[in-house]
Amino acid sequence: MHSCRDNSALVSRGLDEKLSFRERFSVWLHVMMCAHCRNFQKQTQFIRKAARLYADDLQSRFDSKS
Amino acid sequence: MTRLKPAVCVADCDIAVKTEALFTEHTLAEQRPILFRYALLQLRDRDLADDVVQETLLAALQATASFEGKAGLRTWLIGILKHKMADHWRRNARKNVAPELTLANEGEGETGSDDFFSSNGHWNGGPKAWADPEAALKQQEFWTIYETCQNNLPPKMAQVFMLRELVGLEANEICQEAGLSVANYWVTMHRARLRLRECLEIRWFNNTKQEQRDA
Repeated sequence: MHSCRDNSALVSRGLDEKLSFRERFSVWLHVMMCAHCRNFQKQTQFIRKAARLYADDLQSRFDSKS
Repeated sequence: MTRLKPAVCVADCDIAVKTEALFTEHTLAEQRPILFRYALLQLRDRDLADDVVQETLLAALQATASFEGKAGLRTWLIGILKHKMADHWRRNARKNVAPELTLANEGEGETGSDDFFSSNGHWNGGPKAWADPEAALKQQEFWTIYETCQNNLPPKMAQVFMLRELVGLEANEICQEAGLSVANYWVTMHRARLRLRECLEIRWFNNTKQEQRDA
């Protein structure tokens, strides 16, 4: 099984490209058993969402300024 | 490349017709939002960003001959956009217009020892559960902290993260932009997420949030 360091690296990469079946399976297995990595997975998805909202907001702030 | 029905002519339709072989004015216009965000992040001025993007699209239409299709349309357009922004900075070398995203070229590599994990690869501390993150998105204070955390990333890391998550470029485009190997890109994004996560946890989810909930 992957270490948490390797697993979280996979989780992170999984946000930017599609992982192989084997990789996805290993993440799934790890996350089932590891609460920290499960939190990491959820929180990185949340951060992505936050970043996009932030970018939208940035744009609208500039929109309303003009 | 998907060829959709042209909706509007960005510039002169005659020019647009000649470009048909490689891209249409419509596929160009589709790139506008990403180019706009890219410019906005650096210029921090909406009208300026708008102008520069428009100049870029116009220049692209007039310079189709130099587009070879290999590099990818967006990469090519960003190249033009950078020239346009550089022109702008040269014209008005003035106040606050610092080329934020392009500055960060020094090796912020931040290699080796990371304190997020112990030597056997286990978490040091490790991510705790966050109470109701969705609710945080609705609070102004959260966004101040988010911004602080994002700004606290080392420059190169911030650049890569913002190109990916705020501008919306693809990994391979960012590697080209930032002069990173693919492996380095994955490491950089991983570390950016680890840092941001930790920062948000310390400054918000373990902190303000709890107090507000208890209050």
